Amino acid sequence: MTFLSHLISGISLGSIYAIIALGYTMVYGIAKMLNFAHGDVIMVGGYMSFIAMIYFGWPPLLSILFAMVVCTVLGILIEQLAYKPLRAAPSLAVLITAIGVSYFLQNAAQLIFSANHKSYSSVVPFGSLRLFNDRLIISGTTIVTIIVCIVIILALNTIVNKTKIGKAMRAVSEDKDAAQLMGININKTISITFAIGSALAAVAGVLLCSAYPILMPTTGAMPGIKAFTAAVFGGIGSIPGAFLGGILLGIIEILGKAYISTQLSDAIVFAVLIIILLVKPTGLLGKKVLVKV
Amino acid sequence: MLNVTGIQVFYGNIHAIKDVSFYVKEGEIVTLIGANGAGKSTILKTISGLIHPATGTIEFLNQSIVNLSPHKIVHKGLAHCPEGRRLFLQMSVEENLEMGAYSREDFNIEEEIADVYQRFPRLKERRRQLAGSLSGGEQQMLAIGRAMMAKPSLLMLDEPSMGLAPILVEQIFELIGGLNNAGTTILLVEQNAQMALSIADRGYVLETGSIVITGSAADLLNNEQVKKAYLGG
Repeated sequence: MTFLSHLISGISLGSIYAIIALGYTMVYGIAKMLNFAHGDVIMVGGYMSFIAMIYFGWPPLLSILFAMVVCTVLGILIEQLAYKPLRAAPSLAVLITAIGVSYFLQNAAQLIFSANHKSYSSVVPFGSLRLFNDRLIISGTTIVTIIVCIVIILALNTIVNKTKIGKAMRAVSEDKDAAQLMGININKTISITFAIGSALAAVAGVLLCSAYPILMPTTGAMPGIKAFTAAVFGGIGSIPGAFLGGILLGIIEILGKAYISTQLSDAIVFAVLIIILLVKPTGLLGKKVLVKV
Repeated sequence: MLNVTGIQVFYGNIHAIKDVSFYVKEGEIVTLIGANGAGKSTILKTISGLIHPATGTIEFLNQSIVNLSPHKIVHKGLAHCPEGRRLFLQMSVEENLEMGAYSREDFNIEEEIADVYQRFPRLKERRRQLAGSLSGGEQQMLAIGRAMMAKPSLLMLDEPSMGLAPILVEQIFELIGGLNNAGTTILLVEQNAQMALSIADRGYVLETGSIVITGSAADLLNNEQVKKAYLGG
Protein backbone atom coordinates (compact mmCIF):
# COMPACT_ATOMS: atom_id res chain seq x y z
CA MET A 1 0.00 0.00 0.00
CA THR A 2 2.85 2.41 0.71
CA PHE A 3 4.22 1.58 -2.72
CA LEU A 4 0.89 2.50 -4.31
CA SER A 5 0.88 5.72 -2.36
CA HIS A 6 4.40 6.58 -3.57
CA LEU A 7 3.44 5.68 -7.09
CA ILE A 8 0.48 8.04 -7.01
CA SER A 9 2.60 10.89 -5.64
CA GLY A 10 5.10 10.13 -8.38
CA ILE A 11 2.43 10.36 -11.06
CA SER A 12 1.21 13.61 -9.54
CA LEU A 13 4.68 15.18 -9.46
CA GLY A 14 5.25 13.76 -12.92
CA SER A 15 2.06 15.44 -14.12
CA ILE A 16 3.51 18.80 -13.13
CA TYR A 17 6.77 18.00 -14.92
CA ALA A 18 4.78 16.89 -17.94
CA ILE A 19 2.84 20.15 -18.13
CA ILE A 20 6.09 22.13 -17.94
CA ALA A 21 7.84 19.78 -20.38
CA LEU A 22 5.05 20.38 -22.93
CA GLY A 23 6.06 24.05 -23.01
CA TYR A 24 9.71 23.17 -23.58
CA THR A 25 8.99 20.61 -26.23
CA MET A 26 6.49 22.70 -28.22
CA VAL A 27 8.78 25.72 -28.31
CA TYR A 28 11.71 23.52 -29.26
CA GLY A 29 9.68 21.79 -31.96
CA ILE A 30 8.63 25.03 -33.58
CA ALA A 31 11.31 27.62 -32.85
CA LYS A 32 14.16 25.06 -32.55
CA MET A 33 15.35 26.74 -29.39
CA LEU A 34 15.60 25.78 -25.72
CA ASN A 35 13.72 28.37 -23.75
CA PHE A 36 15.51 28.12 -20.43
CA ALA A 37 13.40 30.97 -19.07
CA HIS A 38 10.40 28.65 -19.19
CA GLY A 39 10.97 27.48 -15.60
CA ASP A 40 10.87 31.04 -14.34
CA VAL A 41 7.56 31.69 -16.04
CA ILE A 42 6.25 28.97 -13.68
CA MET A 43 7.46 31.03 -10.76
CA VAL A 44 5.75 34.14 -12.15
CA GLY A 45 2.55 32.08 -12.46
CA GLY A 46 2.91 31.09 -8.81
CA TYR A 47 3.34 34.69 -7.66
CA MET A 48 0.51 36.01 -9.81
CA SER A 49 -1.98 33.48 -8.48
CA PHE A 50 -0.69 34.13 -4.95
CA ILE A 51 -1.22 37.87 -5.31
CA ALA A 52 -4.66 37.40 -6.80
CA MET A 53 -5.75 35.12 -3.97
CA ILE A 54 -4.12 36.86 -1.01
CA TYR A 55 -4.09 40.55 -1.97
CA PHE A 56 -7.08 40.78 -4.28
CA GLY A 57 -9.02 38.11 -2.41
CA TRP A 58 -10.08 36.46 -5.66
CA PRO A 59 -11.38 32.89 -5.74
CA PRO A 60 -8.85 30.23 -6.84
CA LEU A 61 -10.22 29.68 -10.35
CA LEU A 62 -10.20 33.37 -11.18
CA SER A 63 -6.69 33.64 -9.72
CA ILE A 64 -5.46 30.82 -11.92
CA LEU A 65 -6.99 32.50 -14.94
CA PHE A 66 -5.27 35.74 -13.98
CA ALA A 67 -1.92 33.94 -13.67
CA MET A 68 -2.46 32.34 -17.07
CA VAL A 69 -3.24 35.66 -18.72
CA VAL A 70 -0.20 37.38 -17.19
CA CYS A 71 2.11 34.50 -18.13
CA THR A 72 0.74 34.35 -21.68
CA VAL A 73 1.47 38.03 -22.15
CA LEU A 74 4.88 37.58 -20.51
CA GLY A 75 5.70 34.63 -22.77
CA ILE A 76 4.80 36.57 -25.91
CA LEU A 77 6.79 39.59 -24.66
CA ILE A 78 9.88 37.48 -23.93
CA GLU A 79 9.68 35.98 -27.40
CA GLN A 80 9.19 39.33 -29.13
CA LEU A 81 11.84 41.25 -27.20
CA ALA A 82 14.52 38.66 -26.54
CA TYR A 83 14.25 35.87 -29.11
CA LYS A 84 12.68 37.32 -32.24
CA PRO A 85 15.59 39.67 -33.00
CA LEU A 86 17.83 36.58 -32.90
CA ARG A 87 15.83 34.51 -35.37
CA ALA A 88 18.80 34.35 -37.76
CA ALA A 89 21.49 34.23 -35.05
CA PRO A 90 23.49 31.11 -34.13
CA SER A 91 21.70 28.86 -31.66
CA LEU A 92 24.33 29.49 -28.99
CA ALA A 93 23.42 33.20 -28.92
CA VAL A 94 19.76 32.28 -28.43
CA LEU A 95 20.62 29.81 -25.67
CA ILE A 96 22.69 32.39 -23.76
CA THR A 97 19.89 34.93 -24.18
CA ALA A 98 17.43 32.42 -22.74
CA ILE A 99 19.64 31.92 -19.70
CA GLY A 100 19.87 35.71 -19.39
CA VAL A 101 16.09 36.04 -19.49
CA SER A 102 15.88 33.34 -16.81
CA TYR A 103 18.17 35.27 -14.44
CA PHE A 104 16.40 38.49 -15.27
CA LEU A 105 13.04 37.04 -14.24
CA GLN A 106 14.45 35.55 -11.03
CA ASN A 107 16.10 38.80 -10.05
CA ALA A 108 13.10 40.92 -10.99
CA ALA A 109 10.97 38.67 -8.80
CA GLN A 110 13.46 39.07 -5.97
CA LEU A 111 13.30 42.82 -6.31
CA ILE A 112 9.51 42.91 -6.34
CA PHE A 113 8.60 40.11 -3.96
CA SER A 114 11.88 39.87 -1.92
CA ALA A 115 13.86 36.69 -1.49
CA ASN A 116 11.79 35.61 1.52
CA HIS A 117 9.58 32.70 0.74
CA LYS A 118 5.83 32.97 0.86
CA SER A 119 3.69 30.12 2.03
CA TYR A 120 1.21 29.23 -0.60
CA SER A 121 -2.06 27.58 0.26
CA SER A 122 -3.40 24.96 -2.10
CA VAL A 123 -5.95 26.11 -4.64
CA VAL A 124 -7.77 22.81 -4.24
CA PRO A 125 -10.71 23.39 -1.93
CA PHE A 126 -11.46 19.79 -1.00
CA GLY A 127 -9.69 17.39 1.31
CA SER A 128 -8.08 14.01 0.88
CA LEU A 129 -9.50 10.84 -0.48
CA ARG A 130 -9.19 8.06 2.11
CA LEU A 131 -9.26 4.47 0.94
CA PHE A 132 -8.77 1.02 2.50
CA ASN A 133 -9.46 2.10 6.09
CA ASP A 134 -7.17 5.09 5.76
CA ARG A 135 -4.27 3.00 4.62
CA LEU A 136 -4.17 4.91 1.33
CA ILE A 137 -4.64 8.65 1.53
CA ILE A 138 -4.58 10.69 -1.64
CA SER A 139 -4.70 14.47 -1.26
CA GLY A 140 -7.14 16.55 -3.24
CA THR A 141 -4.23 18.44 -4.79
CA THR A 142 -2.75 15.19 -6.08
CA ILE A 143 -6.01 14.14 -7.70
CA VAL A 144 -6.60 17.54 -9.26
CA THR A 145 -3.04 17.69 -10.58
CA ILE A 146 -3.36 14.36 -12.36
CA ILE A 147 -6.76 15.23 -13.82
CA VAL A 148 -5.57 18.65 -15.03
CA CYS A 149 -2.57 17.05 -16.71
CA ILE A 150 -4.77 14.54 -18.53
CA VAL A 151 -7.17 17.27 -19.66
CA ILE A 152 -4.27 19.39 -20.92
CA ILE A 153 -2.67 16.58 -22.87
CA LEU A 154 -5.98 15.64 -24.50
CA ALA A 155 -6.71 19.27 -25.36
CA LEU A 156 -3.25 19.82 -26.82
CA ASN A 157 -3.48 16.65 -28.82
CA THR A 158 -6.75 17.86 -30.32
CA ILE A 159 -5.35 21.29 -31.08
CA VAL A 160 -2.23 19.95 -32.75
CA ASN A 161 -3.97 17.27 -34.80
CA LYS A 162 -7.34 18.74 -35.64
CA THR A 163 -7.16 22.53 -35.83
CA LYS A 164 -5.78 24.70 -38.58
CA ILE A 165 -3.34 26.47 -36.28
CA GLY A 166 -2.20 23.16 -34.79
CA LYS A 167 -1.49 21.72 -38.21
CA ALA A 168 0.34 24.93 -39.09
CA MET A 169 2.49 24.40 -35.98
CA ARG A 170 3.40 20.92 -37.13
CA ALA A 171 4.16 22.22 -40.61
CA VAL A 172 6.44 24.96 -39.22
CA SER A 173 8.22 22.48 -36.97
CA GLU A 174 8.96 20.27 -39.93
CA ASP A 175 9.97 22.75 -42.62
CA LYS A 176 9.89 26.50 -42.06
CA ASP A 177 10.45 27.52 -45.66
CA ALA A 178 7.83 25.16 -47.04
CA ALA A 179 5.40 26.33 -44.34
CA GLN A 180 5.92 29.92 -45.43
CA LEU A 181 5.26 28.97 -49.03
CA MET A 182 1.88 27.62 -47.87
CA GLY A 183 1.08 31.09 -46.56
CA ILE A 184 1.75 30.32 -42.91
CA ASN A 185 2.98 33.27 -40.86
CA ILE A 186 5.96 31.84 -38.99
CA ASN A 187 6.25 34.66 -36.46
CA LYS A 188 2.59 34.41 -35.55
CA THR A 189 2.86 30.65 -35.17
CA ILE A 190 5.88 30.99 -32.89
CA SER A 191 4.07 33.63 -30.79
CA ILE A 192 1.07 31.34 -30.38
CA THR A 193 3.35 28.51 -29.33
CA PHE A 194 4.97 30.70 -26.69
CA ALA A 195 1.53 31.82 -25.55
CA ILE A 196 0.30 28.25 -25.10
CA GLY A 197 3.52 27.13 -23.41
CA SER A 198 3.45 30.07 -20.99
CA ALA A 199 -0.21 29.59 -20.12
CA LEU A 200 0.62 25.96 -19.32
CA ALA A 201 3.58 27.15 -17.23
CA ALA A 202 1.16 29.26 -15.16
CA VAL A 203 -1.03 26.23 -14.53
CA ALA A 204 2.07 24.22 -13.59
CA GLY A 205 3.14 27.00 -11.22
CA VAL A 206 -0.19 26.93 -9.42
CA LEU A 207 -0.16 23.13 -9.14
CA LEU A 208 3.47 23.05 -8.06
CA CYS A 209 2.93 25.62 -5.33
CA SER A 210 -0.23 23.83 -4.23
CA ALA A 211 1.71 20.60 -3.80
CA TYR A 212 4.92 22.11 -2.42
CA PRO A 213 3.68 25.28 -0.74
CA ILE A 214 6.86 27.33 -0.70
CA LEU A 215 7.00 30.18 -3.19
CA MET A 216 10.20 32.12 -3.82
CA PRO A 217 11.99 33.64 -6.83
CA THR A 218 13.89 30.40 -7.52
CA THR A 219 10.82 28.17 -7.19
CA GLY A 220 10.68 27.51 -10.94
CA ALA A 221 14.35 26.86 -11.55
CA MET A 222 14.76 23.24 -10.46
CA PRO A 223 11.36 22.00 -11.73
CA GLY A 224 12.18 23.81 -14.97
CA ILE A 225 15.46 21.91 -15.36
CA LYS A 226 13.79 18.62 -14.46
CA ALA A 227 10.96 19.20 -16.90
CA PHE A 228 13.52 20.00 -19.56
CA THR A 229 15.14 16.68 -18.68
CA ALA A 230 11.73 15.05 -18.99
CA ALA A 231 11.25 16.57 -22.43
CA VAL A 232 14.63 15.25 -23.60
CA PHE A 233 13.93 11.92 -21.90
CA GLY A 234 10.68 11.52 -23.84
CA GLY A 235 12.15 12.85 -27.09
CA ILE A 236 12.30 16.62 -27.46
CA GLY A 237 9.80 18.00 -29.95
CA SER A 238 7.33 15.20 -29.26
CA ILE A 239 4.17 16.01 -27.28
CA PRO A 240 3.41 12.41 -26.18
CA GLY A 241 7.13 12.18 -25.37
CA ALA A 242 6.93 15.15 -23.00
CA PHE A 243 3.95 13.57 -21.28
CA LEU A 244 5.59 10.17 -20.92
CA GLY A 245 8.95 11.66 -19.93
CA GLY A 246 7.35 13.88 -17.29
CA ILE A 247 5.32 11.10 -15.68
CA LEU A 248 8.27 8.67 -15.67
CA LEU A 249 10.59 11.28 -14.22
CA GLY A 250 8.13 12.04 -11.41
CA ILE A 251 7.76 8.35 -10.58
CA ILE A 252 11.52 7.75 -10.64
CA GLU A 253 12.12 10.75 -8.43
CA ILE A 254 9.55 9.81 -5.80
CA LEU A 255 10.43 6.11 -5.75
CA GLY A 256 14.12 7.01 -5.59
CA LYS A 257 13.41 9.26 -2.61
CA ALA A 258 11.32 6.62 -0.91
CA TYR A 259 13.43 3.54 -1.42
CA ILE A 260 16.99 4.61 -2.18
CA SER A 261 17.97 7.97 -0.81
CA THR A 262 16.36 11.36 -0.39
CA GLN A 263 19.64 13.15 -1.03
CA LEU A 264 20.43 11.16 -4.11
CA SER A 265 17.00 11.35 -5.74
CA ASP A 266 17.99 14.13 -8.15
CA ALA A 267 21.19 12.31 -9.02
CA ILE A 268 19.16 9.18 -9.77
CA VAL A 269 16.85 11.15 -12.05
CA PHE A 270 19.71 12.54 -14.10
CA ALA A 271 21.54 9.21 -14.13
CA VAL A 272 18.48 7.59 -15.69
CA LEU A 273 18.41 10.35 -18.29
CA ILE A 274 22.04 9.70 -19.19
CA ILE A 275 21.43 5.96 -19.52
CA ILE A 276 18.35 6.45 -21.70
CA LEU A 277 20.18 8.86 -23.97
CA LEU A 278 23.11 6.47 -24.31
CA VAL A 279 20.77 3.71 -25.41
CA LYS A 280 18.36 5.85 -27.42
CA PRO A 281 19.81 9.27 -28.28
CA THR A 282 16.52 10.64 -29.64
CA GLY A 283 14.71 9.96 -26.35
CA LEU A 284 11.94 7.46 -25.75
CA LEU A 285 9.51 8.72 -28.40
CA GLY A 286 11.89 10.86 -30.42
CA LYS A 287 11.42 10.66 -34.14
CA LYS A 288 14.04 9.78 -36.64
CA VAL A 289 13.40 11.96 -39.61
CA LEU A 290 12.82 10.03 -42.75
CA VAL A 291 14.11 11.61 -45.91
CA LYS A 292 13.33 10.36 -49.37
CA VAL A 293 15.16 11.64 -52.39
CA MET B 1 1.20 39.87 -64.42
CA LEU B 2 4.72 39.35 -63.07
CA ASN B 3 7.47 41.84 -63.80
CA VAL B 4 10.98 41.18 -62.60
CA THR B 5 13.42 44.00 -63.29
CA GLY B 6 17.15 44.04 -62.72
CA ILE B 7 17.36 41.77 -59.70
CA GLN B 8 20.73 40.93 -58.19
CA VAL B 9 21.09 38.26 -55.54
CA PHE B 10 24.16 37.46 -53.46
CA TYR B 11 24.85 34.44 -51.28
CA GLY B 12 27.57 35.92 -49.12
CA ASN B 13 30.27 36.79 -51.65
CA ILE B 14 28.78 34.75 -54.44
CA HIS B 15 26.96 36.78 -57.04
CA ALA B 16 24.20 34.29 -57.79
CA ILE B 17 21.83 36.37 -59.91
CA LYS B 18 23.25 39.12 -62.11
CA ASP B 19 20.82 41.76 -63.28
CA VAL B 20 18.00 39.45 -64.35
CA SER B 21 14.83 40.89 -65.90
CA PHE B 22 11.86 39.03 -67.31
CA TYR B 23 8.09 39.06 -67.31
CA VAL B 24 5.14 36.69 -67.35
CA LYS B 25 1.84 37.70 -68.91
CA GLU B 26 -1.48 36.46 -67.71
CA GLY B 27 -2.42 33.08 -69.16
CA GLU B 28 1.10 32.20 -70.30
CA ILE B 29 3.36 29.30 -69.54
CA VAL B 30 6.85 30.72 -69.26
CA THR B 31 9.84 28.53 -68.63
CA LEU B 32 13.28 29.23 -67.24
CA ILE B 33 15.75 26.66 -68.48
CA GLY B 34 19.40 26.20 -67.74
CA ALA B 35 21.95 23.89 -66.21
CA ASN B 36 22.25 22.96 -62.57
CA GLY B 37 23.44 25.97 -60.59
CA ALA B 38 22.46 28.52 -63.23
CA GLY B 39 20.27 30.27 -60.66
CA LYS B 40 16.81 29.10 -61.68
CA SER B 41 15.69 28.08 -58.20
CA THR B 42 17.23 31.18 -56.68
CA ILE B 43 15.09 33.33 -58.96
CA LEU B 44 11.91 31.54 -57.85
CA LYS B 45 12.89 31.82 -54.19
CA THR B 46 13.52 35.52 -54.67
CA ILE B 47 10.09 36.00 -56.22
CA SER B 48 8.34 34.10 -53.44
CA GLY B 49 10.17 36.12 -50.79
CA LEU B 50 12.36 33.42 -49.26
CA ILE B 51 15.40 35.38 -50.45
CA HIS B 52 15.63 39.15 -50.71
CA PRO B 53 17.42 40.63 -53.70
CA ALA B 54 20.16 43.22 -53.18
CA THR B 55 18.69 45.42 -55.90
CA GLY B 56 15.88 45.26 -58.43
CA THR B 57 12.12 45.28 -58.40
CA ILE B 58 9.51 42.53 -58.54
CA GLU B 59 5.92 43.44 -59.34
CA PHE B 60 3.02 41.04 -59.17
CA LEU B 61 -0.38 42.26 -60.43
CA ASN B 62 1.08 45.80 -60.52
CA GLN B 63 2.08 45.76 -56.87
CA SER B 64 5.64 45.59 -55.61
CA ILE B 65 6.22 42.39 -53.66
CA VAL B 66 9.94 42.76 -53.28
CA ASN B 67 10.28 43.03 -49.53
CA LEU B 68 7.15 41.21 -48.45
CA SER B 69 7.42 38.10 -46.34
CA PRO B 70 6.63 34.84 -48.14
CA HIS B 71 3.27 34.21 -46.47
CA LYS B 72 1.97 37.59 -47.62
CA ILE B 73 3.03 36.88 -51.19
CA VAL B 74 1.14 33.58 -51.13
CA HIS B 75 -1.96 35.41 -49.95
CA LYS B 76 -1.76 37.57 -53.08
CA GLY B 77 -2.21 34.48 -55.24
CA LEU B 78 1.37 33.55 -56.10
CA ALA B 79 2.16 29.95 -55.16
CA HIS B 80 5.57 28.30 -55.30
CA CYS B 81 6.01 24.54 -55.51
CA PRO B 82 9.62 24.30 -54.37
CA GLU B 83 12.50 22.20 -55.62
CA GLY B 84 12.82 18.87 -53.88
CA ARG B 85 9.07 18.88 -53.15
CA ARG B 86 9.51 19.90 -49.51
CA LEU B 87 6.43 18.01 -48.35
CA PHE B 88 5.53 17.73 -44.68
CA LEU B 89 6.66 14.14 -44.36
CA GLN B 90 5.30 13.62 -40.86
CA MET B 91 1.84 14.74 -41.93
CA SER B 92 -0.73 12.76 -43.85
CA VAL B 93 -1.40 13.19 -47.55
CA GLU B 94 -4.66 14.96 -46.85
CA GLU B 95 -3.09 17.23 -44.23
CA ASN B 96 -0.49 18.27 -46.78
CA LEU B 97 -3.29 19.25 -49.14
CA GLU B 98 -5.01 21.17 -46.35
CA MET B 99 -1.76 23.06 -45.72
CA GLY B 100 -1.71 23.95 -49.39
CA ALA B 101 -5.01 25.73 -48.90
CA TYR B 102 -3.80 27.50 -45.75
CA SER B 103 -3.71 30.94 -47.37
CA ARG B 104 -7.34 30.76 -48.42
CA GLU B 105 -9.95 32.58 -46.43
CA ASP B 106 -12.74 30.20 -47.40
CA PHE B 107 -12.82 26.87 -45.66
CA ASN B 108 -14.60 25.17 -48.49
CA ILE B 109 -11.67 23.17 -49.73
CA GLU B 110 -13.42 19.83 -50.22
CA GLU B 111 -13.96 20.59 -53.89
CA GLU B 112 -10.26 21.13 -54.60
CA ILE B 113 -9.27 18.09 -52.56
CA ALA B 114 -11.70 16.05 -54.65
CA ASP B 115 -10.22 17.62 -57.80
CA VAL B 116 -6.68 16.69 -56.78
CA TYR B 117 -7.80 13.14 -55.96
CA GLN B 118 -9.52 12.88 -59.30
CA ARG B 119 -6.32 13.85 -61.09
CA PHE B 120 -4.19 11.63 -58.86
CA PRO B 121 -6.23 8.60 -57.75
CA ARG B 122 -3.11 7.18 -56.08
CA LEU B 123 -3.21 10.00 -53.57
CA LYS B 124 -6.79 9.23 -52.68
CA GLU B 125 -5.88 5.64 -51.89
CA ARG B 126 -3.16 6.94 -49.61
CA ARG B 127 -4.92 9.95 -48.11
CA ARG B 128 -4.39 8.82 -44.51
CA GLN B 129 -0.77 7.74 -44.96
CA LEU B 130 2.14 9.92 -43.99
CA ALA B 131 3.59 11.80 -46.93
CA GLY B 132 6.99 10.36 -45.99
CA SER B 133 5.76 6.86 -46.83
CA LEU B 134 4.93 7.72 -50.46
CA SER B 135 7.13 6.85 -53.41
CA GLY B 136 9.03 9.62 -55.17
CA GLY B 137 6.47 9.91 -57.96
CA GLU B 138 3.57 10.03 -55.56
CA GLN B 139 5.36 12.68 -53.54
CA GLN B 140 5.76 14.80 -56.65
CA MET B 141 2.04 14.45 -57.39
CA LEU B 142 1.29 15.50 -53.85
CA ALA B 143 3.62 18.50 -54.11
CA ILE B 144 1.84 19.72 -57.23
CA GLY B 145 -1.56 18.92 -55.75
CA ARG B 146 -0.63 20.86 -52.64
CA ALA B 147 0.34 23.91 -54.71
CA MET B 148 -2.94 23.67 -56.65
CA MET B 149 -4.88 23.83 -53.38
CA ALA B 150 -4.04 27.51 -52.98
CA LYS B 151 -5.90 28.22 -56.25
CA PRO B 152 -3.11 30.60 -57.26
CA SER B 153 -3.35 32.96 -60.21
CA LEU B 154 0.38 32.38 -60.82
CA LEU B 155 1.93 29.03 -60.02
CA MET B 156 5.70 28.64 -59.95
CA LEU B 157 6.89 25.06 -60.35
CA ASP B 158 10.50 24.17 -59.61
CA GLU B 159 11.68 21.00 -61.37
CA PRO B 160 8.38 19.12 -61.28
CA SER B 161 9.83 16.31 -63.41
CA MET B 162 12.92 15.71 -61.29
CA GLY B 163 13.57 12.06 -60.53
CA LEU B 164 10.41 10.78 -62.20
CA ALA B 165 9.90 7.92 -64.62
CA PRO B 166 9.25 9.11 -68.22
CA ILE B 167 5.59 8.07 -68.13
CA LEU B 168 5.07 10.15 -65.00
CA VAL B 169 6.92 13.07 -66.50
CA GLU B 170 4.45 13.08 -69.35
CA GLN B 171 1.54 12.88 -66.97
CA ILE B 172 2.88 15.80 -64.92
CA PHE B 173 3.38 17.97 -68.00
CA GLU B 174 -0.10 17.13 -69.25
CA LEU B 175 -1.41 18.25 -65.90
CA ILE B 176 0.52 21.51 -66.08
CA GLY B 177 -0.97 22.16 -69.51
CA GLY B 178 -4.41 21.39 -68.11
CA LEU B 179 -3.97 23.78 -65.20
CA ASN B 180 -2.92 26.47 -67.63
CA ASN B 181 -5.99 25.87 -69.81
CA ALA B 182 -8.11 26.22 -66.71
CA GLY B 183 -6.71 29.72 -66.22
CA THR B 184 -3.59 29.38 -64.09
CA THR B 185 -0.55 31.26 -65.30
CA ILE B 186 2.60 29.18 -64.95
CA LEU B 187 6.26 29.93 -64.40
CA LEU B 188 8.12 26.68 -64.90
CA VAL B 189 11.71 25.96 -63.99
CA GLU B 190 13.06 22.83 -65.64
CA GLN B 191 16.19 20.98 -66.55
CA ASN B 192 14.16 18.92 -68.98
CA ALA B 193 14.23 21.70 -71.57
CA GLN B 194 12.62 19.64 -74.32
CA MET B 195 9.50 18.94 -72.27
CA ALA B 196 9.36 22.43 -70.83
CA LEU B 197 9.59 24.14 -74.20
CA SER B 198 7.02 21.77 -75.69
CA ILE B 199 4.29 23.17 -73.44
CA ALA B 200 5.57 26.71 -72.88
CA ASP B 201 4.66 29.91 -74.71
CA ARG B 202 7.99 31.59 -74.08
CA GLY B 203 11.28 30.73 -72.47
CA TYR B 204 14.39 32.25 -70.97
CA VAL B 205 17.74 30.51 -70.95
CA LEU B 206 19.82 31.11 -67.87
CA GLU B 207 23.59 30.70 -67.61
CA THR B 208 25.53 31.36 -64.41
CA GLY B 209 23.06 33.87 -63.10
CA SER B 210 22.27 35.79 -66.29
CA ILE B 211 19.67 35.45 -69.00
CA VAL B 212 21.52 34.70 -72.22
CA ILE B 213 18.79 33.83 -74.69
CA THR B 214 15.10 34.60 -74.77
CA GLY B 215 12.31 34.01 -77.21
CA SER B 216 9.16 32.10 -77.98
CA ALA B 217 9.26 28.42 -77.13
CA ALA B 218 9.19 27.53 -80.83
CA ASP B 219 12.17 29.80 -81.55
CA LEU B 220 14.13 28.36 -78.66
CA LEU B 221 13.44 24.80 -79.80
CA ASN B 222 15.02 25.71 -83.16
CA ASN B 223 17.84 27.82 -81.76
CA GLU B 224 21.19 26.17 -82.56
CA GLN B 225 22.79 27.23 -79.30
CA VAL B 226 19.87 25.93 -77.25
CA LYS B 227 19.76 22.72 -79.19
CA LYS B 228 23.43 22.08 -78.58
CA ALA B 229 23.46 22.93 -74.91
CA TYR B 230 20.07 21.78 -73.65
CA LEU B 231 18.27 19.61 -76.16
CA GLY B 232 20.96 17.03 -76.69
CA GLY B 233 21.75 17.82 -80.26
